[in-house]
Amino acid sequence: MFKKTGVPTKEMIRSRFPKDKKVLFRPKAIIECYDEIPCNPCETVCPFSAITIGEDINAIPQIDFDKCTGCGICVHSCPGLAIIVAMIKNGKAYFKVPYELLPLPKVKERWLAVNRNGDVISKCKIENVMTAKKSTNNTTIVTVSLEQPYLYDFITIRRPHE
Amino acid sequence: MINRDLVIVGGGPAGLSAAKVALDAGMKVTLIERFNQLGGQLIKQTHKFFGSKLQYAKTRGFDIAKILIDDLNGFSHDQLEILLDATCVALYPDKVLTVYQYGKYMKYNAKSVIVATGASEKILAFENNDLPGIYGAGAIQTIMNIYGIQPGKEVVMVGSGNIGLIVAYQLLQAGVKVSAILEAASYIGGYLVHASKLKRLGVDILTNTTVKKAVGEEKLEKIITVKLDEKWQEIPGSEAEMDTDVLCISVGLSPLHQLMSMAGVKMVDISELGGLVPKKTCDYETTVDNVYACGDVTGIEEASSAMVEGRICGLMAANHLGFKHPNGEQLEDDLNNQLCVLRQGPCGEKIRCGLKKVGEI
Repeated sequence: MFKKTGVPTKEMIRSRFPKDKKVLFRPKAIIECYDEIPCNPCETVCPFSAITIGEDINAIPQIDFDKCTGCGICVHSCPGLAIIVAMIKNGKAYFKVPYELLPLPKVKERWLAVNRNGDVISKCKIENVMTAKKSTNNTTIVTVSLEQPYLYDFITIRRPHE
Repeated sequence: MINRDLVIVGGGPAGLSAAKVALDAGMKVTLIERFNQLGGQLIKQTHKFFGSKLQYAKTRGFDIAKILIDDLNGFSHDQLEILLDATCVALYPDKVLTVYQYGKYMKYNAKSVIVATGASEKILAFENNDLPGIYGAGAIQTIMNIYGIQPGKEVVMVGSGNIGLIVAYQLLQAGVKVSAILEAASYIGGYLVHASKLKRLGVDILTNTTVKKAVGEEKLEKIITVKLDEKWQEIPGSEAEMDTDVLCISVGLSPLHQLMSMAGVKMVDISELGGLVPKKTCDYETTVDNVYACGDVTGIEEASSAMVEGRICGLMAANHLGFKHPNGEQLEDDLNNQLCVLRQGPCGEKIRCGLKKVGEI
């Protein structure tokens, strides 16, 4: 179905998260790159050598969660916008997501939380907005928080209708 | 008649890359570009590119164009002549070219020629496909990303290859609604990361579906879609209406081969490469001596490969005329290795298969 819809299955998504949820008490990159495409910026930009693709740049990236610090450099380096950073803090799920639409959210605003199917699943709180600049490949990174049960469902934010 | 070591036709990723390497080797180069600025399709590409650092991965297309153009700074006018708004209207087997610019025709006598003309869009045959409001994806990108004009209020995209997916995303960024993406095949054609990006923004990709008919008095008002079976045959009774003021056609590209055909280069029709492509040696030389070809004109592929091919082509053109690139041998190995890596995955299967069919001279 993924090849018909672009929506990965639950199993595919879970395979990209750490098996032990406790690992997410610190921020970790979740790499949703399921397709063997010739591309390796995530590997070359990672300051901690946590991401491995290897000489054949068509290989799917592998992440070492022990090395990943959740810094998010790979998030704005991924040409496919296929990487987010996830963390669990005070019972809530926190995410850093790339956002390339205007207008940008503002800190403390409530936006809609959206799943991989494009459906609204909840509301989320905008925690931080790192606006696009040259060093982030002109990609804005938004940090949001929402209820923890949405940990595996959330993928992006959507502007609420006024 | 103007005499030059090398005339390059086309100032896109392949032509610009070829020019840089040939200039570094000491050739006197003329670069001919039909548009009023260099960069080819790169200047319309707002997305970050795939590939590796060597092909400027993670840099946005229009920024890559700037890098390639900046690479040509510092060469004197004698070394590098850039003709903008200039169309190469003829290429003869003796490497004489006719160039049309600002109402005048000029003749160039080149020791070698690199054809890097790129590709043109394919169009789809259906009833009323000439109604205003029906565009090719390239035209949408031009009016939107070069001139800053929204093509309409809502768009139905036909084709889910990388261009269809990327342009659909760019339309959303420009504040235009994308109602759906139609795909005649059973599966999404482009990279699935692009498809996932669109799906999460609420855009559905309808597989086994195509456009049957456009409807409208003076301009497009709606389309009739139809479902296709696994053999691409219409399923009777599966027609449906969709209101839309813009239909964007993105069903593939075909190489702009005409100049080479005119010069008498031996051409072969290879569907995997998009149509008529030149036979060439491993040095990118066609069947006409010192006429080379690189980029999409030799087979439809990504811009990353076009840049690498362009560099190899520039190097080969220089080598054959006795110009020595300071770093020639190592560069050649390195570039060939880059192409190999870019093409070795499952996404490169079609191009590998096509290139095998073309064979070498």
